[in-house]
Amino acid sequence: MKFAVVVFPGSNCDRDMAFAITEALGQEADLVWYQEANLSDYDGILLPGGFSYGDYLRSGAIASTSEMIEQIRQSAERGKPVLGVCNGFQVLLEMGLLPGAMLPNKNLKFMCHDETLIVENNQTLFTDFYQDKEEISIPIAHGDGNYYCDEATYRNLRDNRQIVFTYGSNPNGSVADIAGITNEQGNVLGMMPHPERAVDALVGSEDGLRLFQSILTHWRNNHAINA
Amino acid sequence: MRKVKIYITLKEGVLDPQGKAVQHSLHSLEYKNVGEVRIGKYMEVMLEDDGNIEQQVDKMCDQLLANPVIEDYSYTIEEVV
Amino acid sequence: MPSMLEISPEQIEQQQLYRDMGLSDEEFQSITQILGRRPNYTETGLFSVMWSEHCSYKNSKPLLKKFPTQGQHVLQGPGEGAGIIDIGDEQAVVFKVESHNHPSAVEPYQGAATGVGGILRDVFSMGARPVALLNSLRFGSLKRPRVKYLFEEVVRGIAGYGNCVGVPTVGGEVQFDDAYNGNPLVNAMCVGLIDHKDIQKGIAAGIGNTVMYVGAKTGRDGIHGATFASEELSEESEEKRPSVQVGDPFMEKLLIEACLEVIHHDALVGIQDMGAAGLTSSASEMASKAGTGMLMNMDLIPQREEKMTAYEMMLSESQERMLLVVEKGREHEIADVFRKYDLEAVSVGEVTEDKRFRLEHHGQIVADVPVDSLAEDAPVYHQPSTVPAYYREFQEMETYHPTVTNYGETLGDLLKQPTIASKEWVYDQYDSMVQTNTVVRPGSDAAVVRVRGTDKALAMTTDCNSRYIYLDPATGGQIAVAEAARNIVCSGGRPLGLTDGLNFGSPENPEIFWQMEKSVDGMSEACTALGTPVISGNVSLYNESFGGQAIYPTPVVGMVGLIEKTEHITRSSMKQSGDLIYVIGETKPEFGGSELQGMMEGRHFGKAPEIDLQVEAARQEILLRAIQQGLVQSAHDISEGGLAVALAESLFDQELGCEVKVSGDVIAALFSESQSRFIVSVSPEDQQAFEAMVSEARLAGEVTKDGMYRIKENDEVVVEEQTRELKQLWKGAIPCLVKSKA
Repeated sequence: MKFAVVVFPGSNCDRDMAFAITEALGQEADLVWYQEANLSDYDGILLPGGFSYGDYLRSGAIASTSEMIEQIRQSAERGKPVLGVCNGFQVLLEMGLLPGAMLPNKNLKFMCHDETLIVENNQTLFTDFYQDKEEISIPIAHGDGNYYCDEATYRNLRDNRQIVFTYGSNPNGSVADIAGITNEQGNVLGMMPHPERAVDALVGSEDGLRLFQSILTHWRNNHAINA
Repeated sequence: MRKVKIYITLKEGVLDPQGKAVQHSLHSLEYKNVGEVRIGKYMEVMLEDDGNIEQQVDKMCDQLLANPVIEDYSYTIEEVV
Repeated sequence: MPSMLEISPEQIEQQQLYRDMGLSDEEFQSITQILGRRPNYTETGLFSVMWSEHCSYKNSKPLLKKFPTQGQHVLQGPGEGAGIIDIGDEQAVVFKVESHNHPSAVEPYQGAATGVGGILRDVFSMGARPVALLNSLRFGSLKRPRVKYLFEEVVRGIAGYGNCVGVPTVGGEVQFDDAYNGNPLVNAMCVGLIDHKDIQKGIAAGIGNTVMYVGAKTGRDGIHGATFASEELSEESEEKRPSVQVGDPFMEKLLIEACLEVIHHDALVGIQDMGAAGLTSSASEMASKAGTGMLMNMDLIPQREEKMTAYEMMLSESQERMLLVVEKGREHEIADVFRKYDLEAVSVGEVTEDKRFRLEHHGQIVADVPVDSLAEDAPVYHQPSTVPAYYREFQEMETYHPTVTNYGETLGDLLKQPTIASKEWVYDQYDSMVQTNTVVRPGSDAAVVRVRGTDKALAMTTDCNSRYIYLDPATGGQIAVAEAARNIVCSGGRPLGLTDGLNFGSPENPEIFWQMEKSVDGMSEACTALGTPVISGNVSLYNESFGGQAIYPTPVVGMVGLIEKTEHITRSSMKQSGDLIYVIGETKPEFGGSELQGMMEGRHFGKAPEIDLQVEAARQEILLRAIQQGLVQSAHDISEGGLAVALAESLFDQELGCEVKVSGDVIAALFSESQSRFIVSVSPEDQQAFEAMVSEARLAGEVTKDGMYRIKENDEVVVEEQTRELKQLWKGAIPCLVKSKA
């Protein structure tokens, strides 16, 4: 399986994401500069963390207007898996592929440490390697991770089972402890915690690896059917 | 040339942690009469007026400068010599 | 020419305007002699910044020469952007520490942020990818509102910059003492990795080659930052706010990626960042090092503001700018690389044969000076030194021995001292994991970062107990180096070398100069004994404020060690109940400069703890061998607060308990800060092998599972506390101080 890691000016978890794919998952990943990409060549799209354009207007806002965005939208419409982590999640929100918005953490500080996440929906292409309600340890590293949406949007998310991960103990003030959500179709996942930082026990946890393994297995199954 | 002064504020009902911190801080400085504090952004955009400047500014705000999920915006336009 | 520029050379001399720029009468005379005429305004500015202590080390050079800088593995010693040490496999580690004290005292967020930006550029301009940041911070008492503000903003500034550029902040140290009430210290260290073939130098070689400018545009910010950094802080410093630079970490991130791409381009001849004294120092140093000259056209310098003078452009300390020398005719190839990152590389001058530094502006030559006169002819001062009265007094005092009645309560109080308390409040704000190589995160003895693609890792730390150095600079200097090396060894690494960040008061005060002299002597001796050459560093003087109150002498040691195999990586946290606890090294009743003394007496006095460098070196060697053989479960050096604190810190991670026996002078056994001591835990099955190898280790007790921290004297329990409760005191202290109203 071949992944594109989309690199915006100011992305800084791009290489980590690529290493997670190549070293831990054993698949292919290209770092794709936002002006150069042709995403149709790829089976999965990864939007990494960082501070695109310095996050100078709002986190992810300027990146969400770049020319690459249409291609990301098309990839999502074609049902390809699209994963946005941290700043990547913020971009997905700003471009409207996922509902809601990000506010500054409630304590107004950047925070970086391991968090316990609860798998709220293990029936997605990103999570079926996890148990339902499983507690996993994945690091967070963000200043604007306080997820906000209005009541109606929240009810929709809940009823459609789009809430995939919640925090065991809410660090940032997110509505309903939300750590990660999908779109209605379930092929676009945005999450603040960094699964690509949790694929090697030497540097912490391996709990993030199964997310990538889920994506791969789904792709293989689809591929087998199509073939 | 016109100077567009754009004010971006958090929508009512959206929690504003920065505003809360400032409010708290003002209270601790003994400004007991301080009510709610809301923090927003202020921008100045210099624009050549090509006739439909207001439409253009609305579009800019909707597209990029404000996030309609959490933010409202307003603006004034001034003549600059 | 605009008339406002033209303050005439005569006026500069007669009205002694050079004094405002920080030049002395003698220095001005010397410039006049070098030029054979009076310097004009721009030229006076060039000399004033290049001859400031910050750029010329005119007061510290005679001391810096004492440091051992050679070593088997040293590829680059002091003199370039950063030092380089070989780590095998055609790879090398690049590192340096730099201070940003004065800017941080005035505008803490930007001061700290731009300090991080500057040290990053020092490292990536060598061609290395920055892999880790550390910092060494000193603040006054957190009970003061101003100190609290400085503390919060400095931490936020470091986080704001480091997090954005994607380099993990993996460790460091924060200490608090009244000596820093008016003058905080902000020292940032960067560690980079490089392949030998990519090592770059900041040289302007090749007559006729083109000088290119890349990065942020030049504004009026930070003008005279270098001289500002060489002055004592006063009430007026507050008004100098415009002098503080503003950082743009997003621009820096683009520069990092672009520069690391451009170093592989064969059209690149030399590259250097524009740090202190901006264009002036980078351009003149590059030419001076290559034995060439340089002609620059100021009209071509990218400018952020209108009507800037040559003087302003040359002295600006706008951030995120680099200077490159490129083969003539191939400028566009270099520009193309930068364009991909939305950066513009502009040709601004050429390398000349005449060894002169010439500037052209609006069609006129506005400066023409011998290039070496800026970099190499700076005066060198041998300041007088005097043994301070306080030192004599301290040496003659009777040994200080505190009286403690409730050991458990005293331990709890020590754990709440801000210097000892958990720094989680600080490092939680730093992205310590980006790049996914951080094996040991902040909070252990040293941070550990793996070298991807190999089985090796780097251990890194910053250390300096300035209280000991204040009491006795020679001994304290030795201890600073030894303690850094201990932290590396405890993590399973062999110390490779160090970078020094020398922070002192005014060198013109003979008592302060004595502190400098002695601490450098002490550090040099320890460097030789422990085989850790000094490969880079920084000097920050005039750290005094409000009525001549100098800081404690604070020569920060930033050390890096090599861990040969990742399986050698060791933490300070004990792992398992049943493991045996050993103490290595003897304890004497040494409380001068101790945390306990400060807590009980409100000040530090008496003699610093003794240290024997031969014993230290031998002990480190044997402990490292035991770690490499896999005989050690955890290792922690015993430092501030003594054994009682070190033991508690080792138990916190898993909230384990312990039962440890002490004898003799219980107060000393628990709280003395005797040097060259370690506390290690060992699996019972390794007991024989460990004792055979580390013969001087004393079996002190064992790790227990009941979560009770228990210390016995003979059979009497002298401390019995819940580890969890001690941990809460330790963790809660700083958040509580920050939150509380002053």
